[in-house]
Amino acid sequence: MTTQITPGPARVHVRTTINGNPHEFLVPPYMSLLDTLREIVGLTGTKEGCLDGNCGACTVSLDGRIVDSCLVLGAEIDGKSVETVEGMATPEGLHPLQQAFLEEAALQCGICTPGFLVAAKGLLDNEPAPDEHRIRHWLAGNLCRCTGYDKIVRAVQKASAEMS
Amino acid sequence: MVATFEPKSEYKVIGTRPIRHDGLDKVTGRAIYGADIKLPSMIWGAILRSPHAHARIKSIDTSAAEAMDGVHAVVTNADLPQAGDKMVDLGEGVTNLKWAVDNILASDKALYAGHAVAGVAAVDRYTAEEAARAIKVEYEVLRSATNVDDTIDPDMPAILEEFVGSPGAEESGHANHVKEFTHEFGDPDAALAEADHVIEGEFSLEMVHQGYIEPHNATAVWDEDGRLKIWTSTQGAFTVRQQVAAVMQMDESKIRVTPLEIGGGFGGKIPIYLEPVAAALSKKAGNVPVKIIMERRSVFEGSGPAAGGKITLKLGATKDGKIVAADSVLRMEAGGYPGSLVGASGMCIYACYNIPNMRIVGYDVLVNKPKVAAYRAPGSPQVAFAIETLVDDLCEQAGFDKWQFRRDNAAKEGTRRGDGPIFPRIGMEEVLDAAKETDHWNSDIGEASPGRVRGRGFASGYWFNVGLQSSVNLSLNNDGTVELVEGSTDIGGTRASIAMQAAETLGISAEDVNPTVVDTDTVGFTAVTGGSRVTYATGYAAYNASIEMIDKLKVRASRLWSIDEEDVQFEDGVFSSKSDSELSIGFKDLAGKLDDTGGPVTSTGSVDLEAAGGAYGTHICDLEVDPETGKTDVVRYTIVQDAGRAIHPSYVEGQMQGGAAQGIGWALNEEYYMSDDGVMSNSSYLDYRMPTSLDLPNIETVIVEVPNPVHPYGVRGVGEVPIVPPVPAVGNALKNAIGIRLRETPMNAGRIVAALDS
Repeated sequence: MTTQITPGPARVHVRTTINGNPHEFLVPPYMSLLDTLREIVGLTGTKEGCLDGNCGACTVSLDGRIVDSCLVLGAEIDGKSVETVEGMATPEGLHPLQQAFLEEAALQCGICTPGFLVAAKGLLDNEPAPDEHRIRHWLAGNLCRCTGYDKIVRAVQKASAEMS
Repeated sequence: MVATFEPKSEYKVIGTRPIRHDGLDKVTGRAIYGADIKLPSMIWGAILRSPHAHARIKSIDTSAAEAMDGVHAVVTNADLPQAGDKMVDLGEGVTNLKWAVDNILASDKALYAGHAVAGVAAVDRYTAEEAARAIKVEYEVLRSATNVDDTIDPDMPAILEEFVGSPGAEESGHANHVKEFTHEFGDPDAALAEADHVIEGEFSLEMVHQGYIEPHNATAVWDEDGRLKIWTSTQGAFTVRQQVAAVMQMDESKIRVTPLEIGGGFGGKIPIYLEPVAAALSKKAGNVPVKIIMERRSVFEGSGPAAGGKITLKLGATKDGKIVAADSVLRMEAGGYPGSLVGASGMCIYACYNIPNMRIVGYDVLVNKPKVAAYRAPGSPQVAFAIETLVDDLCEQAGFDKWQFRRDNAAKEGTRRGDGPIFPRIGMEEVLDAAKETDHWNSDIGEASPGRVRGRGFASGYWFNVGLQSSVNLSLNNDGTVELVEGSTDIGGTRASIAMQAAETLGISAEDVNPTVVDTDTVGFTAVTGGSRVTYATGYAAYNASIEMIDKLKVRASRLWSIDEEDVQFEDGVFSSKSDSELSIGFKDLAGKLDDTGGPVTSTGSVDLEAAGGAYGTHICDLEVDPETGKTDVVRYTIVQDAGRAIHPSYVEGQMQGGAAQGIGWALNEEYYMSDDGVMSNSSYLDYRMPTSLDLPNIETVIVEVPNPVHPYGVRGVGEVPIVPPVPAVGNALKNAIGIRLRETPMNAGRIVAALDS
């Protein structure tokens, strides 16, 4: 968004928590959470792939639940907590999933990687030791066109082993 | 004269698996892709597209859009420089400039549903899209041709008037059906007449899309002095510069293209779509940056898919299992403008085998679908489907062993490819031998689930790979690390594979080389990331730059020791005197002495490679079919491929697995499903169903290494071969499972059930 006035209805006031930090902003009522993160908050790690909830590139965690941010409105996160790929690493270092993706060569072009990482974290946060089928089932909402998924699944298995 | 190299068996860096240099940025969300660029005063663009597959554009009324709040500019074809009748080379062969311009924004006719007609720039994306919908276009809808058969109808209107009465069209009898070539060698008719076994088949394929997850995007801004700056996700910054210069009719040197990270391409991000529209909008809006992101539906309907088409093939063999003749006709769909890449199909169709008598006739077929673009080994998967299916059927008909027949007829050094070239050292025999040694080949297929049946199939494939031009700059830091600047956009880990070749040559570690992909002002010309050429050709340029750096450092060592520079040698990362064994210094230590020996050391390497060295793969597929529903699951899959020399084996495996996954999708599910009036009915990821993680098993890989003699480290391109064998491998496994041969793609549940019912 530029600072030029954009046409349309009045903005919605949002107070929210993003990657642990408090945020406050005005958002057009029609704007998706994906565009809100990318254009208003300035977090471009969350990617656009399809804008209709079928590719998972825009996956974020909303109050601990995995959502496609293109199917959620920015106005809906008022009072809620959002986690994106930018929030996965800590000052202590990478999340084990990020490290495993690097070591297992689980990314090629990398455009789907933020979505896969956030989705996989959503799995491991609740199920520390999923089997291969469970991982494949959980990640079926995230499309990757480069890897054939083999190395992604292995990376999630590796991170799971290291976290348990 | 092409330089040749003796393969080494031991390397320090090559063959290891370091973490890729751009990895951290890509797992933390910091990497900047095309859509992530933000510039001061930037506004947003949107595109209006034709809802009709074939229509004359009678008028375009932009006044309502221009009057909307927040709208800065509206452009149509009339705002682009008018092309006239001029042939230009856009990097993928010579084409008519008018076609290139009209594919960016339609002029007199829309040639496919999804064809861009107008562009709008507004204060934000939502406003721009709203304004695009307010543009009124008056169309006269024409009959549209959706597939090859439609174009044979004499009443079907010509899609491009230029072909009416052209020699290629006259031979076929229709302006939409343009003959491109006949390759003939020996006497195929006589050899087929005399063959003990003859088999014939017709194959039909629907268009498919590359399916990269990142939509096309472009941001452009003019400077007041007439320079144009572009930021985009592309497979080739210089290719974008070349195409934009042609379309905008300006000097290439006035354009700077900055390639941002690219979210997949597979050939589909070689052509330009949005860049000239963003540029025209920027100019009209007063030299402010304009960003356009193509929405997913338009990626399907308005960017370049892979050709569908019809292929007929006839094979003849002797009673002792030698192929004596092959005869084929390839009719490949080009979309609304010429360029089905049927030429590449002709190069690949017979490339796995030694066939003494042969003919290939190729047609470029215009249909009212988006203009075809390259898709990973473009043209080869389609013809592999034909020949690898018929080879299997011939073996069954004649009682030959399917592996032995392929091995006995395998192409090798000295074999003539269908379109003429004689093969240098290639690895088809080694790949077949390795396939037979895999655990998969030697394992039982296993029990099917209750009510289901299993089948196994295998198939081979070929891609010729390309060399072309690449440039690399190196600069040495005083701590002995090296900055590597290159022009090859990195889609699948090529920063690593190029840096590793520099590191190997310089005797330092992969981590000591820091690769950066830069804009067109900052490095020498570099051709596209395509043709499986980057690790091969840009790696070769990195090798040349590294050799030059070593030569310069030998001079520095000679100054340090006050000896003759001819007396300095370099081995395993150490400079030493040939005559005085006391004098030696490591690469890093010498780097620390640049200030004392003459200042900075930089080097460049560039290549223009004619030869590339083709590569082969063989895939083995086990699948399970539910005969009630037709649902098919691939349960085991193994890829064997000749990589020449795997620089970073993890990313070689990744190319193999990813290509196979795309090929499996092509075989079983993916297609442009067109309505009767020529509109794509499944232009979303929901309906254009690509394989998910749940649809695939782990994909086993075996890397065969038959070093490529024309590359310093023996590299063969690996990116494209793996999409070639899956379609026939899946088809052969299906035949084995259900006993019925399918000759149309996709071999989806509906077709399987229909075949079983009949």
